[in-house]
Amino acid sequence: MTVALELDQMILDIAAIMIEELKLEDVTPETFDPEIDLVDEVGIDSMDLATVALVLRDKYAVRIDEDDYPKLTTLRLISEYIHRKLVARAA
Amino acid sequence: MKTVSSLLDVHWYERYKKISKLNIRSSIYDVTNRCNLRCKGCFFFSSDEHKAAPEENNIDRWEAFVESEMARGVNLAILIGGEPTLCFDRVEAFYKRLPTFCATNGLIKVPRDRFPDMMIGISLWGDEEDERILRGKDTFSISSKNYAGDPYTYYLYTITPKQIGKTERIIRKIQEAGLKVHMQLLSNDEGVSGFHWKPEELTAIREEMDAMLDAYPQTVISSKYYHEIITTGKMMGRPFGWLECPSVTQPLDKRDPAPKRLTNFIRWASDLKTMHRCCTSETRDCSTCKDGAAHMSWVMVNKRAHMQTAKDLQGWIEVYEMFAKLYQFLPW
Ligand code: SF4
Ligand code: SF4
Repeated sequence: MTVALELDQMILDIAAIMIEELKLEDVTPETFDPEIDLVDEVGIDSMDLATVALVLRDKYAVRIDEDDYPKLTTLRLISEYIHRKLVARAA
Repeated sequence: MKTVSSLLDVHWYERYKKISKLNIRSSIYDVTNRCNLRCKGCFFFSSDEHKAAPEENNIDRWEAFVESEMARGVNLAILIGGEPTLCFDRVEAFYKRLPTFCATNGLIKVPRDRFPDMMIGISLWGDEEDERILRGKDTFSISSKNYAGDPYTYYLYTITPKQIGKTERIIRKIQEAGLKVHMQLLSNDEGVSGFHWKPEELTAIREEMDAMLDAYPQTVISSKYYHEIITTGKMMGRPFGWLECPSVTQPLDKRDPAPKRLTNFIRWASDLKTMHRCCTSETRDCSTCKDGAAHMSWVMVNKRAHMQTAKDLQGWIEVYEMFAKLYQFLPW
């Protein structure tokens, strides 16, 4: 895993993980709107987020703090959160 | 991808927005092990939960405990018992700090000068005859006088199979007392003869509950989807029970796979240390459990499962609204 990974690619990868883990239908990583409100619009809850967080931890070796869940309301915000931690670690 | 706004029209979307940010985090507290009644079928006494732990008598410890519960994220305290009104100082420890709901049999009047807007749910188990059989007295005649016209009080009407065909009279009496009512079903924990539900009785009472909601919308706080869930024990084809129950105390919940559940929910015994398994009796058979709060929470925690069709999502919204009204996060 390299921190040079572009944020855009990371958004696609995390979208794929969410689709797979949460069994989201009628959406692909490419059509997944990174700005859509996951809680209000997609119906994702903190248990769903915890499921995704476990996979992200294995893939990126980044832990999402449970206290941060309420802030992570879109695919973009989740991706930026992971990306930021990876960049901070590499610095 | 199905989204909330793609499923709902403007009217339903507005309703959805009112509840989508509520983020209610409840826990349940046994305020005392004592009661001034001994109802047949009371889950608390029939399962010996009143002996599970000695009561904490130091009010300072109650106050510190409530603070620690708030730090844990609890924003709704549901007080049960025993009979909480036997210990107003403990009730006050919650009420001064948190949105608080107090379940009571209504025999003792909560002083409104001390608890001006505390939410109160009065238990009622049927008509005079049923109440005398199951509870030893007709509590309604007392509780309805104590609370007539109270804007923060409603009846928690536990319907028994013997009530089929008789609910309207009760609902009218509640309406005449200027109060609201929420309906739930008896689980009959002590196996009182004649009070077990048969499938055809559950079908009949569902129709009757629907009819009461249609006929008395200003008095009945309920939803038809809730009636369906509680009488069939099924949601989206899934049976209710241990594997699905959302109201299991979180630190004791070792279920794998973990079902959708209430975040951080705990039911505390009155020693403030012991935890009970769930929101109701430890010895109850989950496969026949009719606990109303557990059924409505079951719907609420399964939002995404209700995003297949507009009708499913509307049902989810109605149940959520009902819950929010019962605890006055939404006005009646
Ligand atoms: S009033 Fe409530 S706590 Fe008391 S015995 Fe009856 S059901 Fe149990
Ligand atoms: S008895 Fe009812 S509320 Fe308790 S764990 Fe079983 S299903 Fe849930």
